[in-house]
Parts: sequence; C-alpha cells; structure tokens
Amino acid sequence: MTAAVEKGDGRAALAYLAPALLLLVGLLGYPIYQLVLISLFDYGQEQVSGGAPLTFLGLGNYATLLRDARFWSVLGQTVGFAAVCVVGTLLVGASLAVLATRVRAWARTTLFLAALGAWATPAVAGSTIWLFLFDANFGFVNEVLGTTGFSWTYDRWTAFGLVAAQVVWCSFPFVMVTLYAGIKAIPGEVLEAAALDGASTARTATSVILPLLRPLLIVVTIQSVIWDFKVFTQIYIMTNGGGIAGRNLVLNVYAYQQAFAASEYGLGAAIGVVTTLILLLVTVGYLRALRRSGEVL
Amino acid sequence: MSRGIAEVVTVVVAGVVAFPLYWMVLTALKPESEVVSTDPRPWTLVPTLDSFVRALTVQSFGRYLVNSLVVAGAVVVLSLFVSFLAATALTRFRFRSRTTLLVMLLVVQMVPVEALTIPLFFVMRSVRDVAPAFGLNHLGSLVLVHLAFSLPFAIWMLRGFVAAVPVELEEAATLDGASRFRFLWQVLFPLVAPGLVATSVLSFIHAWNDFLFAKTFIISAAENQTLPLALQVFIKPDQNDWGAIMAGSTLMTIPVLVFFVLVQRRLVAGLAGAVK
Repeated sequence: MTAAVEKGDGRAALAYLAPALLLLVGLLGYPIYQLVLISLFDYGQEQVSGGAPLTFLGLGNYATLLRDARFWSVLGQTVGFAAVCVVGTLLVGASLAVLATRVRAWARTTLFLAALGAWATPAVAGSTIWLFLFDANFGFVNEVLGTTGFSWTYDRWTAFGLVAAQVVWCSFPFVMVTLYAGIKAIPGEVLEAAALDGASTARTATSVILPLLRPLLIVVTIQSVIWDFKVFTQIYIMTNGGGIAGRNLVLNVYAYQQAFAASEYGLGAAIGVVTTLILLLVTVGYLRALRRSGEVL
Repeated sequence: MSRGIAEVVTVVVAGVVAFPLYWMVLTALKPESEVVSTDPRPWTLVPTLDSFVRALTVQSFGRYLVNSLVVAGAVVVLSLFVSFLAATALTRFRFRSRTTLLVMLLVVQMVPVEALTIPLFFVMRSVRDVAPAFGLNHLGSLVLVHLAFSLPFAIWMLRGFVAAVPVELEEAATLDGASRFRFLWQVLFPLVAPGLVATSVLSFIHAWNDFLFAKTFIISAAENQTLPLALQVFIKPDQNDWGAIMAGSTLMTIPVLVFFVLVQRRLVAGLAGAVK
C-alpha cells in the first residue's frame, strides 16, 4: 500500500469516525476525567450553584471514606451481595444448561422460552413484579406460605435475599444459554473417545467437559461479577432507595445517594472512582489468570 | 437421572421461571377487588382491561410511553448511522491508529456507566445552557447518553458484518462508476442489514430499560419522563395501585420480549462469536 493511499484512507476514515469519536470522547471520555476531578474537590450544593468557591481537597474525600465505618460496611455488603448473586446465577445457569442437554427438544424449548421471558423483562418491571409477589398483604408468596402480613423488605437479610433472587432470576438465562451452546459445541468424537477409554460420567464431566468449557465459564463469571457488582435498579426499587436507614445500600446506590440526596458530589464521585477501580482490578485479574492458564480469549 | 424425570424437572423449573411473568399479566387483567384481596388466587374468572385503561389514562402514562418510544427510536436510528460509518472506517480503511481505536472500544465497554452519573449530570447541565433540547429535563439528554453507551458495542458487533462483505464487490462498484458514498449506502448498507437489526435491537433495549439516567436527568419536567420512572408514579407510601403497576409493567415488557424472540438466534450467535 502506498503512502498516498494511506493518507487518503486516513482522512476518509477520520470523517467516517468523527461522529462516533465526538460522542465517545464527549460522553464517556470527558465524564471519566470529570469523575476523577470532582472526587478531588469539596463539591456540595453551594459549589454547584456557584455560591461558594471550590476547595481542592486532594485525596481528602478518599481519606474521609476510608475513615468512615459506613463506607466499609457498604463495601462489604456490596461484595457479599455480588458474590451471592454470582454464585447463585452460575449454579442455576450451569445446572439448567446441563439439564437442557438431557431432555427432548419440546422440554428444552419450554425452558428456554421461560428463560427468555425472564431475560427480556426490564429491570424496573422485574423488580416491581417481584415486590408484588412478595407483598406483605396482597402477595402470592405470603399467601402460599401462610405468612400473610410478613414484610420481606423490612429485615435487612430478607430484603437482600429477595433482591438477590430477582437478580438471579433475570441473569441466569445468559449463563444457561451460553453454557448450553458451549456444551453442544463439544465434538461427539471427544466424548466417544472418553467413553471408549472407560471414563465414568463423573470423570468425563470433570476431565473432559469442564476443561473444554473453562474459557466460557470464565467469561460468564467475569460478566456476572461485573454485572452484579453494579446492580442499581433492583436495589433502588425493591428496597426503596437502599433500605430502611440505608441497611441495604450497595456502592452504586450509596454513591448516588451521597451525590443527589445529600448533595455531596465530591464524596459520591470518590465512591464512583473506587467502584470503577475495583471493577478494573477484577477484569485485569481475570485476564491475567486467563493468560497464565494459556487460554486465548 | 432418567430422561422422563429430567423432563418433569425441566417443565417444573420452566413454570417457576415463568411464574412472575404470568402473575404480572394475570394481575393486570384482574378486577381491582381481586388484586387487593388478601387471599390472591392464581386465576381470574372476570378478566378486565380496566387496569390497562387506568395505566394509560391516569397520570399521563401514555405520554411516558411515547417519550420512551421517542428516546429509544432516536437512539436506534442515530446509533445505526454512526456505528455503521465507524465500523466501515475500521474495517475498510487502513490507518495508523486503527488498532488502538479497536482496543479502546473494548476497554470502554468495561467502564461502569453507573459511576458516570455524577459527571454526566454536570455535563447535561452545561449542555442545557447551549442546546436546551439536549440538556437536563429534556429527552435529548437521554438520547445522547444512551447513544454513547450503545456505540462501542454496536461498532464492535457491526465490524464483523462489514468485514464479511467481499472487497471485490467494492471494486466492482467502483469500476461501474459508483462513488464511495453511493457504494456505502446502496451496496454495503443493505448487505449488512442483518447485523444492523441485531445491534439496533440491543440499542433499543438499552435505552428502553434505563431507569438511572431518566431518574437523574429528568428532575423537574415530569412531562418528559420515561416509562421506567412512570411506573414509580403508581407506587405510593400506603396505597399502591398494583393493577395499574402490573399493566404498565406488561406494556413495558412486551416490546422487549418481542424483540428478544425475533433476534434470539442472532443474539446467541453474537454471544458465542464474542466469546470465541
């Protein structure tokens, strides 16, 4: 390719890319920079309205967070909540994917259609449906359990459990469908060879199928971790903004409340930066684990 | 486990998974007295559309529905054009920073958009002073953010479809005297239509489902609120109108469900492709 062609290509490419670049830089790049910047200032209601000058705090907001017992408990809750959701999603998704390989097409289609419905339900609609199912007085679940009047959202742990169940409900289909496709993609000869060598079902599962599925398993795990760590809508709607006295806060909702309810934008931004960094660490860690084990993503 | 037992288990699981959706539609069709009964039954003998009527007329729910359609529609159309142009540039042209850009597109998808709510709120506040229709309290602000969020994935996904069109076609079109512009819109664009449909659906769902940004950006102009927020209108401290809430949820879920069924195969293929 000659230099002239490349130059012409470059100019045309720039023209074609300009709208996308403009949007991405303006609405993703610049806000990321702004997020870090805001987190370094004392940015409250007065600063927003221009009534007070900005004070540069450096890492002051971060120091405040690290000293705040509330932040640590919310961080712990976020990690615990995400872990429960991820484990639940993977267990349900993986066992149903295996189940789907054992049944005839009509049963599989029934299951996949139901899962597609759960998957497609918008988070807001899904949250309200679950709230109504578990409503203290008019909920079907209390009616069945004979516990009419019991409020699932009042207690911290039942509230978290309810939200986690809803999150698993709408996110297991992704895991199930992906793993099912992965299992089906394993060549029949491989399984035949294992059978000929006298491998038991359990041995085939752990020594043949599992290693072959590992890249897929890692991908769905990363997806779930990233997704469940930043659940916002379900918590916000089902616990009415983070639970009674903020007992059901997770980092994202906490950052939102700090910024928009308490007008502590600097502090909220600092929480946002921490969330982003944790997610980046998770992603990088997984990618390195992938490379160490010789997998190609 | 024998196949028979496995099939029974499968059907039971499917029933459990589908039950919340069944309950949603059932509640939406129940007369109000049955909805607020402390003895709820999993069927109704007198289905009525009252809840849907209430949802659509009271509290200008219909208006919110239209707003959601406008936002999602605008995001789809705009992201279609922008991502098509970008994907073409990234597959058909050779230039120095191409690889860097591709890697950036992947990295950007990792950014937790929820964390960007705070700075984007300020961005939209400044936009309001320059172009009010794209600033806070206007639907344009929602179009802009969802456009930006759906672009990286849309470009990444479309790239494969554009690359699959043989270069010879472009050469033939050029020989026939077609300008680059004409080739782009009259030859390439129709050829990548399946890819455009798949990415459009994803952009649509993304914008349609959004709760966080609608909540943050549309603060005081209730008439510019979107569907996910409108559902909250019916939630009151002491007296929830569950019939209307479930009717609204049904109206909100149906379009997504239809789209999901339509592109399901392509979606799975796309997922599998992205994983490879």
